[in-house]
Amino acid sequence: MQAEQLQAGTTPRPTSEEGEGSGSTNPERWVEEHGDELFGFAISRVRDRSATQDLVQETFLAALRARANFAGRSSERAWLFGILRNKLVDYYRLKGREALLAEGDSPGLEEGKFFHTTGLRKDAWIKSLAPQAWASPDESLVQKEFQSVFHHCLARLPDKVAQVFLLKEVDGLASEQICKDLNVSANNFWVMSHRARLALRRCLELHWFGRKKTGDETD
Amino acid sequence: MLNCRQVTRLVSQAMDAKLSWHQRLAIRIHLLYCIWCRRYAAQIQFLRMATRELAGGANPAGSQKLSSEAREQIQQRLAQALNEHRPPQ
Repeated sequence: MQAEQLQAGTTPRPTSEEGEGSGSTNPERWVEEHGDELFGFAISRVRDRSATQDLVQETFLAALRARANFAGRSSERAWLFGILRNKLVDYYRLKGREALLAEGDSPGLEEGKFFHTTGLRKDAWIKSLAPQAWASPDESLVQKEFQSVFHHCLARLPDKVAQVFLLKEVDGLASEQICKDLNVSANNFWVMSHRARLALRRCLELHWFGRKKTGDETD
Repeated sequence: MLNCRQVTRLVSQAMDAKLSWHQRLAIRIHLLYCIWCRRYAAQIQFLRMATRELAGGANPAGSQKLSSEAREQIQQRLAQALNEHRPPQ
Protein backbone atom coordinates (compact mmCIF):
# COMPACT_ATOMS: atom_id res chain seq x y z
CA MET A 1 0.00 0.00 0.00
CA GLN A 2 2.84 2.30 0.81
CA ALA A 3 4.36 1.40 -2.49
CA GLU A 4 1.22 2.33 -4.36
CA GLN A 5 1.08 5.66 -2.68
CA LEU A 6 4.68 6.27 -3.55
CA GLN A 7 4.40 5.08 -7.08
CA ALA A 8 1.66 7.53 -7.70
CA GLY A 9 4.48 9.89 -6.91
CA THR A 10 2.53 13.08 -6.89
CA THR A 11 1.47 15.20 -4.02
CA PRO A 12 -2.22 15.48 -3.42
CA ARG A 13 -3.70 18.31 -5.37
CA PRO A 14 -6.18 20.51 -3.67
CA THR A 15 -9.59 19.40 -4.64
CA SER A 16 -11.44 21.86 -2.55
CA GLU A 17 -10.31 25.23 -1.41
CA GLU A 18 -13.12 25.72 0.98
CA GLY A 19 -14.89 23.91 3.69
CA GLU A 20 -13.75 21.80 6.57
CA GLY A 21 -13.13 18.20 5.61
CA SER A 22 -15.58 15.51 6.47
CA GLY A 23 -13.03 13.93 8.81
CA SER A 24 -12.22 15.76 11.95
CA THR A 25 -8.77 17.25 11.83
CA ASN A 26 -7.52 20.40 13.43
CA PRO A 27 -4.66 22.04 11.50
CA GLU A 28 -3.84 24.31 14.39
CA ARG A 29 -2.68 21.34 16.39
CA TRP A 30 -0.75 19.55 13.64
CA VAL A 31 2.67 20.99 14.35
CA GLU A 32 2.37 20.28 18.02
CA GLU A 33 1.00 16.78 17.65
CA HIS A 34 2.87 15.45 14.63
CA GLY A 35 5.69 17.89 13.87
CA ASP A 36 8.47 16.01 15.63
CA GLU A 37 7.46 12.61 14.28
CA LEU A 38 7.29 13.85 10.70
CA PHE A 39 10.59 15.65 11.14
CA GLY A 40 12.30 12.65 12.76
CA PHE A 41 11.21 10.41 9.93
CA ALA A 42 12.12 12.82 7.15
CA ILE A 43 15.54 13.71 8.48
CA SER A 44 16.55 10.07 8.58
CA ARG A 45 15.97 10.14 4.83
CA VAL A 46 17.08 13.58 3.84
CA ARG A 47 19.78 14.29 6.38
CA ASP A 48 19.72 18.00 5.87
CA ARG A 49 17.96 19.96 8.59
CA SER A 50 16.78 22.90 6.56
CA ALA A 51 15.61 20.77 3.63
CA THR A 52 13.77 18.58 6.11
CA GLN A 53 12.08 21.55 7.74
CA ASP A 54 10.94 22.70 4.33
CA LEU A 55 9.56 19.25 3.60
CA VAL A 56 7.63 19.18 6.84
CA GLN A 57 6.24 22.63 6.18
CA GLU A 58 5.25 21.71 2.65
CA THR A 59 3.59 18.60 3.99
CA PHE A 60 1.42 20.61 6.35
CA LEU A 61 0.56 23.13 3.63
CA ALA A 62 -0.39 20.38 1.21
CA ALA A 63 -2.41 18.74 3.95
CA LEU A 64 -4.20 21.99 4.55
CA ARG A 65 -5.21 22.29 0.92
CA ALA A 66 -6.24 18.67 0.78
CA ARG A 67 -7.91 18.34 4.14
CA ALA A 68 -11.32 17.97 2.59
CA ASN A 69 -10.00 14.58 1.44
CA PHE A 70 -9.22 13.50 4.93
CA ALA A 71 -12.17 11.33 5.67
CA GLY A 72 -10.99 9.95 8.95
CA ARG A 73 -10.54 6.54 7.37
CA SER A 74 -6.96 6.47 8.51
CA SER A 75 -5.49 8.18 11.50
CA GLU A 76 -4.54 11.78 11.06
CA ARG A 77 -0.89 10.90 11.51
CA ALA A 78 -0.98 8.13 8.90
CA TRP A 79 -2.60 10.57 6.50
CA LEU A 80 0.09 13.19 7.10
CA PHE A 81 2.80 10.56 6.68
CA GLY A 82 1.30 9.59 3.35
CA ILE A 83 1.64 13.18 2.17
CA LEU A 84 5.17 13.41 3.53
CA ARG A 85 6.19 10.27 1.66
CA ASN A 86 5.01 11.78 -1.58
CA LYS A 87 6.95 14.93 -0.80
CA LEU A 88 10.02 12.81 -0.17
CA VAL A 89 9.74 11.10 -3.52
CA ASP A 90 9.48 14.47 -5.24
CA TYR A 91 12.54 15.52 -3.31
CA TYR A 92 14.47 12.38 -4.26
CA ARG A 93 13.62 12.93 -7.88
CA LEU A 94 15.00 16.39 -7.84
CA LYS A 95 18.04 15.36 -5.82
CA GLY A 96 18.57 12.34 -8.02
CA ARG A 97 19.15 14.57 -10.96
CA GLU A 98 21.42 16.91 -9.04
CA ALA A 99 23.36 14.08 -7.45
CA LEU A 100 23.97 12.51 -10.80
CA LEU A 101 25.73 15.62 -11.90
CA ALA A 102 27.59 16.26 -8.67
CA GLU A 103 28.38 12.93 -7.14
CA GLY A 104 29.21 10.63 -9.99
CA ASP A 105 30.32 7.65 -8.03
CA SER A 106 30.45 6.98 -4.31
CA PRO A 107 34.00 7.17 -3.02
CA GLY A 108 35.06 5.19 0.00
CA LEU A 109 32.53 2.46 -0.56
CA GLU A 110 34.48 0.38 -3.00
CA GLU A 111 33.68 -3.27 -2.71
CA GLY A 112 37.30 -3.83 -3.69
CA LYS A 113 38.58 -2.98 -0.28
CA PHE A 114 36.99 -6.06 1.25
CA PHE A 115 38.61 -8.62 -1.05
CA HIS A 116 42.12 -9.64 -1.97
CA THR A 117 43.14 -8.06 -5.23
CA THR A 118 46.05 -10.33 -6.10
CA GLY A 119 47.55 -13.70 -5.38
CA LEU A 120 46.07 -17.09 -4.74
CA ARG A 121 43.23 -15.68 -2.69
CA LYS A 122 42.32 -13.07 -5.26
CA ASP A 123 38.65 -12.02 -4.84
CA ALA A 124 38.29 -13.90 -1.55
CA TRP A 125 37.52 -12.03 1.67
CA ILE A 126 40.38 -10.31 3.43
CA LYS A 127 40.32 -12.05 6.79
CA SER A 128 40.22 -8.94 8.98
CA LEU A 129 37.25 -7.58 7.01
CA ALA A 130 35.39 -10.86 6.54
CA PRO A 131 32.04 -11.38 8.28
CA GLN A 132 32.35 -12.52 11.88
CA ALA A 133 29.75 -14.48 13.78
CA TRP A 134 27.13 -12.13 15.21
CA ALA A 135 25.88 -12.87 18.66
CA SER A 136 22.08 -12.73 18.97
CA PRO A 137 21.25 -10.10 16.35
CA ASP A 138 17.52 -10.36 17.01
CA GLU A 139 17.99 -9.35 20.60
CA SER A 140 20.12 -6.42 19.53
CA LEU A 141 17.30 -5.12 17.42
CA VAL A 142 15.26 -4.00 20.42
CA GLN A 143 18.16 -2.37 22.24
CA LYS A 144 18.35 1.40 22.20
CA GLU A 145 22.14 1.41 21.86
CA PHE A 146 21.98 -0.85 18.86
CA GLN A 147 19.33 1.32 17.27
CA SER A 148 21.47 4.38 17.58
CA VAL A 149 24.51 2.54 16.16
CA PHE A 150 22.31 1.45 13.28
CA HIS A 151 21.18 4.98 12.54
CA HIS A 152 24.74 6.19 12.79
CA CYS A 153 25.81 3.58 10.23
CA LEU A 154 22.94 4.44 7.93
CA ALA A 155 23.84 8.11 8.15
CA ARG A 156 27.37 7.35 6.97
CA LEU A 157 26.22 6.00 3.63
CA PRO A 158 26.52 8.49 0.80
CA ASP A 159 23.19 10.22 0.14
CA LYS A 160 22.46 8.60 -3.16
CA VAL A 161 23.31 5.12 -1.94
CA ALA A 162 21.17 5.59 1.15
CA GLN A 163 18.24 6.87 -0.91
CA VAL A 164 18.32 3.91 -3.24
CA PHE A 165 18.69 1.49 -0.35
CA LEU A 166 15.86 2.97 1.72
CA LEU A 167 13.45 3.35 -1.17
CA LYS A 168 13.92 -0.35 -1.83
CA GLU A 169 14.11 -1.73 1.69
CA VAL A 170 11.70 0.46 3.55
CA ASP A 171 9.31 1.84 0.98
CA GLY A 172 9.32 -1.35 -1.02
CA LEU A 173 9.45 0.37 -4.39
CA ALA A 174 10.12 -1.81 -7.40
CA SER A 175 13.70 -1.68 -8.60
CA GLU A 176 12.60 -0.42 -12.01
CA GLN A 177 10.62 2.37 -10.39
CA ILE A 178 13.62 3.51 -8.35
CA CYS A 179 15.84 3.50 -11.42
CA LYS A 180 13.29 5.63 -13.22
CA ASP A 181 12.66 8.06 -10.36
CA LEU A 182 16.30 8.60 -9.51
CA ASN A 183 17.51 8.31 -13.03
CA VAL A 184 20.02 5.53 -12.46
CA SER A 185 20.80 2.55 -14.67
CA ALA A 186 19.78 -0.94 -13.60
CA ASN A 187 23.41 -1.91 -13.21
CA ASN A 188 24.12 1.12 -11.07
CA PHE A 189 21.15 0.19 -8.92
CA TRP A 190 22.60 -3.26 -8.19
CA VAL A 191 26.00 -1.82 -7.47
CA MET A 192 24.61 0.76 -5.05
CA SER A 193 22.41 -1.75 -3.21
CA HIS A 194 25.36 -4.08 -2.90
CA ARG A 195 27.63 -1.34 -1.59
CA ALA A 196 25.03 -0.19 0.91
CA ARG A 197 24.87 -3.72 2.32
CA LEU A 198 28.62 -4.22 2.39
CA ALA A 199 29.17 -0.91 4.14
CA LEU A 200 26.26 -1.19 6.55
CA ARG A 201 27.20 -4.72 7.52
CA ARG A 202 30.80 -3.75 8.14
CA CYS A 203 29.81 -0.68 10.14
CA LEU A 204 27.51 -2.67 12.42
CA GLU A 205 30.20 -5.24 12.99
CA LEU A 206 32.77 -2.60 13.78
CA HIS A 207 30.59 -0.60 16.15
CA TRP A 208 28.35 -3.21 17.63
CA PHE A 209 28.69 -6.92 16.97
CA GLY A 210 32.46 -6.95 17.03
CA ARG A 211 32.49 -5.12 20.33
CA LYS A 212 29.88 -6.67 22.47
CA LYS A 213 31.16 -10.19 21.93
CA THR A 214 33.69 -9.93 24.75
CA GLY A 215 31.31 -11.16 27.41
CA ASP A 216 28.95 -13.56 25.71
CA GLU A 217 30.76 -15.16 22.87
CA THR A 218 28.63 -17.75 21.17
CA ASP A 219 30.73 -18.79 18.23
CA MET B 1 33.49 -21.63 -9.62
CA LEU B 2 32.44 -18.41 -8.02
CA ASN B 3 34.67 -16.40 -5.75
CA CYS B 4 33.63 -14.42 -2.65
CA ARG B 5 33.43 -11.15 -4.50
CA GLN B 6 31.00 -12.63 -7.01
CA VAL B 7 28.99 -14.46 -4.39
CA THR B 8 28.44 -11.39 -2.22
CA ARG B 9 27.27 -9.51 -5.28
CA LEU B 10 24.91 -12.28 -6.31
CA VAL B 11 23.38 -12.97 -2.90
CA SER B 12 22.62 -9.27 -2.69
CA GLN B 13 21.05 -9.29 -6.14
CA ALA B 14 19.07 -12.40 -5.25
CA MET B 15 17.21 -10.39 -2.61
CA ASP B 16 15.61 -8.26 -5.30
CA ALA B 17 15.60 -10.40 -8.41
CA LYS B 18 15.36 -14.01 -9.45
CA LEU B 19 18.67 -15.52 -10.45
CA SER B 20 19.10 -18.28 -12.98
CA TRP B 21 19.15 -21.84 -11.69
CA HIS B 22 22.83 -22.29 -12.41
CA GLN B 23 23.67 -19.08 -10.57
CA ARG B 24 21.71 -20.30 -7.58
CA LEU B 25 23.44 -23.66 -7.72
CA ALA B 26 26.87 -22.07 -7.94
CA ILE B 27 26.08 -19.91 -4.91
CA ARG B 28 24.94 -22.93 -2.89
CA ILE B 29 28.11 -24.79 -3.68
CA HIS B 30 30.23 -21.85 -2.63
CA LEU B 31 28.28 -21.39 0.59
CA LEU B 32 28.89 -25.04 1.48
CA TYR B 33 32.54 -24.42 2.07
CA CYS B 34 32.74 -20.65 2.72
CA ILE B 35 31.70 -19.69 6.24
CA TRP B 36 32.34 -16.00 5.53
CA CYS B 37 29.94 -15.80 2.63
CA ARG B 38 27.47 -17.91 4.55
CA ARG B 39 27.54 -15.36 7.33
CA TYR B 40 27.35 -12.56 4.81
CA ALA B 41 24.22 -14.00 3.23
CA ALA B 42 22.54 -14.38 6.61
CA GLN B 43 23.61 -10.98 7.85
CA ILE B 44 22.29 -9.05 4.88
CA GLN B 45 18.94 -10.72 5.47
CA PHE B 46 19.14 -9.38 8.99
CA LEU B 47 20.03 -5.95 7.56
CA ARG B 48 16.88 -5.95 5.52
CA MET B 49 14.76 -6.74 8.53
CA ALA B 50 16.58 -4.24 10.73
CA THR B 51 16.26 -1.52 8.11
CA ARG B 52 12.54 -2.06 7.77
CA GLU B 53 12.12 -2.12 11.48
CA LEU B 54 14.34 0.80 12.43
CA ALA B 55 14.37 3.14 9.44
CA GLY B 56 10.75 2.67 8.43
CA GLY B 57 9.10 3.63 11.64
CA ALA B 58 7.59 6.98 12.35
CA ASN B 59 9.73 7.38 15.39
CA PRO B 60 13.20 5.93 15.03
CA ALA B 61 15.48 5.72 18.03
CA GLY B 62 17.48 8.85 18.56
CA SER B 63 15.01 10.64 16.36
CA GLN B 64 15.59 14.32 16.03
CA LYS B 65 13.08 16.96 16.82
CA LEU B 66 12.13 20.21 15.22
CA SER B 67 14.01 23.16 16.66
CA SER B 68 11.80 25.66 18.43
CA GLU B 69 12.51 28.28 15.74
CA ALA B 70 11.53 25.86 12.99
CA ARG B 71 8.46 24.86 14.88
CA GLU B 72 7.45 28.47 15.27
CA GLN B 73 8.15 29.26 11.66
CA ILE B 74 6.07 26.36 10.41
CA GLN B 75 3.31 27.19 12.85
CA GLN B 76 3.17 30.77 11.56
CA ARG B 77 3.25 29.75 7.92
CA LEU B 78 0.46 27.30 8.59
CA ALA B 79 -1.63 29.87 10.44
CA GLN B 80 -1.17 32.28 7.56
CA ALA B 81 -2.25 29.67 5.02
CA LEU B 82 -5.14 28.70 7.23
CA ASN B 83 -6.36 32.27 7.15
CA GLU B 84 -6.10 32.45 3.38
CA HIS B 85 -8.02 29.23 3.02
CA ARG B 86 -10.68 29.99 5.52
CA PRO B 87 -14.05 30.07 3.81
CA PRO B 88 -15.84 33.42 3.83
CA GLN B 89 -18.36 33.60 6.64
